[in-house]
Amino acid sequence: MPDSSQAEFPAAPQAPSSGRDLPPSLAELLQQGTLVVSHRPWAQAVVDPVLWQRAGEGLAGGSSSLLALWGEPGGVHLAFWEASEGRAGVMTLRCPNGSFPSLGQLHPPALRLERAIRDLFGLQPEGSTDPRPWLDHGVWELRFPLGKSAPAVGPSPYVFLPVEGEELHQVPVGPVHAGIIEPGHFRFTAAGETVVRLEERLGYVHRGVEGLLVGAELERATKLAARVSGDTTAAYSFAFARAVEAAIGMEAPRLADWLRALCVEIERVANHLGDVGAICNDAAFARMQAFCAILRERLLRTADTCFGHRLMMDQIVPGGMRAAPPLDALRRLRELTGEIARALPEIQEVYDSTPSLQDRVVGTGVLSRELVNQYGCGGVIGRASGRLFDARRDLPYSPYPGLRFSIPVREEGDVDARVSLRIREIEQSLGLIQQIIDGLPEGPSFAPLPRKNVSPGEGVALVEGFRGDIFAWVRIDERGRVERCHLRDPSWFQWPLLEAAIYGNIIADFPLCNKSFNCSYAGHDL
Amino acid sequence: MTSDSRPPAPRPRRPSLFGLLRSGLPEPPPPVDDTLVQEIARKVEDGAKRRLGRSLALRLVDAGSCNGCELELHALQNPFYDLERFGLRFVASPRHADVLLVTGPVTRNMREALERTYNAIPDPKWVVAVGDCAATGGLFLEGYACIGPAEAVVPVDLTIPGCPPSPQKLLAGLLALLESGKKLGGR
Repeated sequence: MPDSSQAEFPAAPQAPSSGRDLPPSLAELLQQGTLVVSHRPWAQAVVDPVLWQRAGEGLAGGSSSLLALWGEPGGVHLAFWEASEGRAGVMTLRCPNGSFPSLGQLHPPALRLERAIRDLFGLQPEGSTDPRPWLDHGVWELRFPLGKSAPAVGPSPYVFLPVEGEELHQVPVGPVHAGIIEPGHFRFTAAGETVVRLEERLGYVHRGVEGLLVGAELERATKLAARVSGDTTAAYSFAFARAVEAAIGMEAPRLADWLRALCVEIERVANHLGDVGAICNDAAFARMQAFCAILRERLLRTADTCFGHRLMMDQIVPGGMRAAPPLDALRRLRELTGEIARALPEIQEVYDSTPSLQDRVVGTGVLSRELVNQYGCGGVIGRASGRLFDARRDLPYSPYPGLRFSIPVREEGDVDARVSLRIREIEQSLGLIQQIIDGLPEGPSFAPLPRKNVSPGEGVALVEGFRGDIFAWVRIDERGRVERCHLRDPSWFQWPLLEAAIYGNIIADFPLCNKSFNCSYAGHDL
Repeated sequence: MTSDSRPPAPRPRRPSLFGLLRSGLPEPPPPVDDTLVQEIARKVEDGAKRRLGRSLALRLVDAGSCNGCELELHALQNPFYDLERFGLRFVASPRHADVLLVTGPVTRNMREALERTYNAIPDPKWVVAVGDCAATGGLFLEGYACIGPAEAVVPVDLTIPGCPPSPQKLLAGLLALLESGKKLGGR
């Protein structure tokens, strides 16, 4: 760490200072920058390096959570959420010299994001405590593909963090895993059976989505956004559409918002059902998986009859919905939600009353509240460790303010808490689906977007997918195309915590821990 | 000793889950597309059937998929489709596999892993490109990060298009692999 930061910020990031200097509020810092008017709906300001550094101290002090940190060729942006004021905002720092003060040196959750910014744009995070590449494995034909590109230097061995001690052994796993699962590398160091360190290496499914989005026609961009993470395609499409609509200053018809939420809640139920089954299966309790998979399959088939696609891919588009579902299909969906709701108590009872299962999940993979707060970790993972944040409640968007639902939260932070919360969230989402079907407003489900004379602008959106909050930022040019777009998966702030949750557990419990997190590889690697 | 004369109290029955299920699972298999069979029959060697019988071990490599294809491959194992009743099963190691399934627009970062997995599968072996990305590169052909269709890295015997292909389409495609062996046997 450089001296200046040591002097200004003596406390370690994990233990925020409790002394005389309160950490600066990012919302206050934002007012000191130059406000940008073409940015909607959150305030955006261009700041100088001093304010940027102060923002890092604010994040480290815990006054705000980091929502996103991303680059473009000439600068970097950060989005934050200030819980005490219920506000979000965006700070922008221009980087004429190709570098910016590292936030990661003060606030570790920013480290991997900064490594990704450097790999993609060539902007150097000054003072970063982790200079290793992240997404760039040395096999692209060029370096810094989205910035001032440079010739490739070829692959070099990835340096894992050193682990020292007697009788330690390493277990490398991946990128190709044993099951039907996305690729990533896990490097375990174990003392006997006990994991003393897990280090992840990701980036294997980096498809360059952000680069493909540069200058893309809206139709193509919409399809790309729907394929960032196929399991949460509806939520990504919702986030992207809302960001585009914010950027050009329009709103989708009311019916569209309701149908979008319907898709996202179906998606949440389907994924949670799959996860509850899969977690139990990883504890060798296959019966639960078979049962949950049947419910999931029936839900996907009903989604197919409603929206013409089992995963509801490409149904949510900027301007509204591609099509409105037929009424009899919606009726069938409503009936099915009743059946699933009636099955839930039995799922819960079997789960609670099976000792072989309980023995594996209770007290396994405990994640502390301090860490989920520090990382601004969203979704079930954050809420299972006591962090009550849900974009549907905290940065509410249509139609959720008009719907009744509760956000279950637990304190234990173990595998059991994450399973139980999923079951509770299924229940809540089924209630939402029923309310939406019963209360669908009249009117069109699509409003065409202006194709010419679009006033260029930037828009952001935060949508609660089944993994947590998905952040979307987009800049639209005067011809209505995407000039730049950044999509941040909730997994960015969850993957690092898996490394913490597995600490002190046995290797054999890793599949359970990993599945109870169910982070996205594709969404993270982008 | 009066308690002995009474019948023992019934033990509380634990819920079974499957009491909730309707019957009729698994569903009958989808009809096998004849053009798929012919496509495979052209490529499968005569000896394959004798050596493999009516059973194929599958190994999946996600080479850049969005995870959509994986979800539908998972669905093949649910009680509706029950893949294993056809002699098709997913195995953990490529050393145990006959068929390599590839999804995604092969990223440069996954190329080596895909090649090494392919090389680890013993002969005879087949490669199935699953989904539009593995079949054609999909939306990801341009750019610095993807190589393109699976064919660009490993020899592909069968493609199952779709974004993602439905479980029925996947099942029909994989059954075609088995059927082609049968037809070859009579040639």
